[in-house]
Amino acid sequence: MSAREEVLRRIRAATRDVTEKDPAVDVPVEWEYGRPLGTVDVIADFVEKVEDYKAAVRRCGDGEIAATVIEALRALDAHSVVIPAGLPDNWIDALRDAGFELHSDEPVLSHAQLNGIDAVVTTAAVGMADSGTIALDHGIGQGRRALTLLPDRHICVIREDQVVSDVPEGVVRLTPALTQRRPVTWLSGGSATSDIELSRVEGVHGPRHLSVVLVG
Amino acid sequence: MTTTARRTPEPGTWLGIPVFPKAAKQSLQNAEQRKNLAHATGTIRDKRIVRASEVPEWEELRTAAAQIKDRVGRHLDQYLLQAEAAMTAAGVTVHWARDAADANKIVADIAKAKGVDEVVKIKSMVTQEIDLNEHLEAEGIAAWETDLAELIVQLGHDLPSHILVPAIHRNRSEVREIFVKEMGQYGRPAPDGVSDNPPELAEAARLHLREKFLRAKMAVSGGNFIVADTGTLVIVESEGNGRMCLTLPETLVSVVGIEKVLPTLADLEVFLKLLPRSSTGERMNPYTSLWTGVTPCDGPQDLHVILLDNGRSNVLADPEGRAALRCIRCSACLNICPIYERVGGHAYGSPYPGPIGAILGPQLRGLEGANERALPFASSLCGACNDVCPVKIPFTDILVHLRHKVVEHKTAKHPTGEQALMKGAGWVMADGKHLATVQKGSRLAGKMFGDKWIGPLPVPLAGRWLQARDVEPPPTQTFRQWWKKEHEGGAK
Repeated sequence: MSAREEVLRRIRAATRDVTEKDPAVDVPVEWEYGRPLGTVDVIADFVEKVEDYKAAVRRCGDGEIAATVIEALRALDAHSVVIPAGLPDNWIDALRDAGFELHSDEPVLSHAQLNGIDAVVTTAAVGMADSGTIALDHGIGQGRRALTLLPDRHICVIREDQVVSDVPEGVVRLTPALTQRRPVTWLSGGSATSDIELSRVEGVHGPRHLSVVLVG
Repeated sequence: MTTTARRTPEPGTWLGIPVFPKAAKQSLQNAEQRKNLAHATGTIRDKRIVRASEVPEWEELRTAAAQIKDRVGRHLDQYLLQAEAAMTAAGVTVHWARDAADANKIVADIAKAKGVDEVVKIKSMVTQEIDLNEHLEAEGIAAWETDLAELIVQLGHDLPSHILVPAIHRNRSEVREIFVKEMGQYGRPAPDGVSDNPPELAEAARLHLREKFLRAKMAVSGGNFIVADTGTLVIVESEGNGRMCLTLPETLVSVVGIEKVLPTLADLEVFLKLLPRSSTGERMNPYTSLWTGVTPCDGPQDLHVILLDNGRSNVLADPEGRAALRCIRCSACLNICPIYERVGGHAYGSPYPGPIGAILGPQLRGLEGANERALPFASSLCGACNDVCPVKIPFTDILVHLRHKVVEHKTAKHPTGEQALMKGAGWVMADGKHLATVQKGSRLAGKMFGDKWIGPLPVPLAGRWLQARDVEPPPTQTFRQWWKKEHEGGAK
């Protein structure tokens, strides 16, 4: 008997007492999925929770995005920047004019090259206010996963209309990307650890600095 | 075994750790460890309660999580087949493993087929359970732990003592010593003059591991959830070592217990609200990675998932014990447990310590081992674990159920002194006259002891029981005598 058959046989023997074949009828789940939280000011909540992770949040209008990104990069002393495919041209032009050393991922950058670059600038897919979480679906303007992992500073641009109150709404918004088998990464502040005496240290292997530009 | 030099630090071993009551006594002598644990568990308990109380529908979430997990367990074959089909369609090679030996062999065979002699690892309970690292070491493959606490344990030739923070028994100066002494032997040494300040120690780990991440060709992970309807794998983590392992190598093997399946993507909203608040006491863990098969030009192009039984179907077979399979490894039950806080994790004799270890270990491994029979008694039944568990595992019910099974296991072979005692107690309680006869003796004992509490006594059976307990002396007057005195000449 193959391991697969053996494991399935054991499971079926172990659940012989279960007579109802429909899981939803057998064990109803008393939960209403996808509900918003009812937060009065979702954007204020988002800003507060992201800042609580020691991530910087800068708010700006539509016309000031490039200038705000430049300010965020300079605040983190970044000189070289990875530009994911699909980032708006006017941001790229502004960054180049401001004197940053720009790297495109076409042709594909090696891990060693990415490791040597100071920062990455991306857009985002969804923001979840209650937990201060930003989700990337690695679509246009966000790059493949390594781009937002190896550079030590991540400047993430998110629009206010992308921010929802809580995780359940966020999961709903991310479902199409997940169903299309796109990888999804949730970021809640920069990397951190509490492994030594349970005291939180910001910055381990992922980008040590997350800087959020909130547009609206 | 050949005598070739080891590639990775030789770890401690669970073999030879005495049964829980003895090991607990030894652990209690370790004042430094008790201090470290009291500090760490106290900190995390305070954080958890704040974060749980921020969520108004916390109790409803716990109920939903328990129901979802029960639904999965009761129809596990169906959900596993659905998950297998979805993962396969997304380009994942799905393997099945009956036990640790199966799973270890599959991982080693993949490594050999890829021609790699080292792998980077994400912290995973299941690979601790199957002792994967030592199996790979025996095959000449070095497994590098990349989670900070696992790194401390590995470099310290140590054993994990907590589900979430395996090095919880170590303080900062011990960690510094381990890093200074060991890092250089297995890669980049700790920076000169590194202090015991946690940010500096974390920086040392970052530098030490970065070269391993950048050259790694294969990674091994566990998995927090597999979504059956899409075949999505989910891993929650803090440090980014997980993302490194899930993103940079060409090959990724995820060993996942069969109970980790969730029916739909929507179910994630329940668990991703409960898990971080219950485990690290954060609103959300820093990083959560979700991937559904192979993404061209992004991340590992060769994905494997090993679905592991290793005793889980035994747990499932006991309707009164199967709720233990709801566990999402948050560790809230460890942090709240007065026993765990004092004796630490090693005394439990397996990678699963604390209340969850006491109910899961004996069920996963069976009652043949002496320690498995001791673990259901490693509890005061105070029930604090029941209250903090995000998936509402009824710990104390299962502990009592397992104690019953242990007694049945013992008496199945031969009658025990305990059994004779209980039979005697049955005779005494069956008739008021019997009780009165026995109470003559207890009154006499009461007079003998006076006001003195009874401690350890050199008598069989009771002596062992009294080793860990002080009891009041028996009263010098029985209830019946008192009643008679109080009500003499009363209404009746």
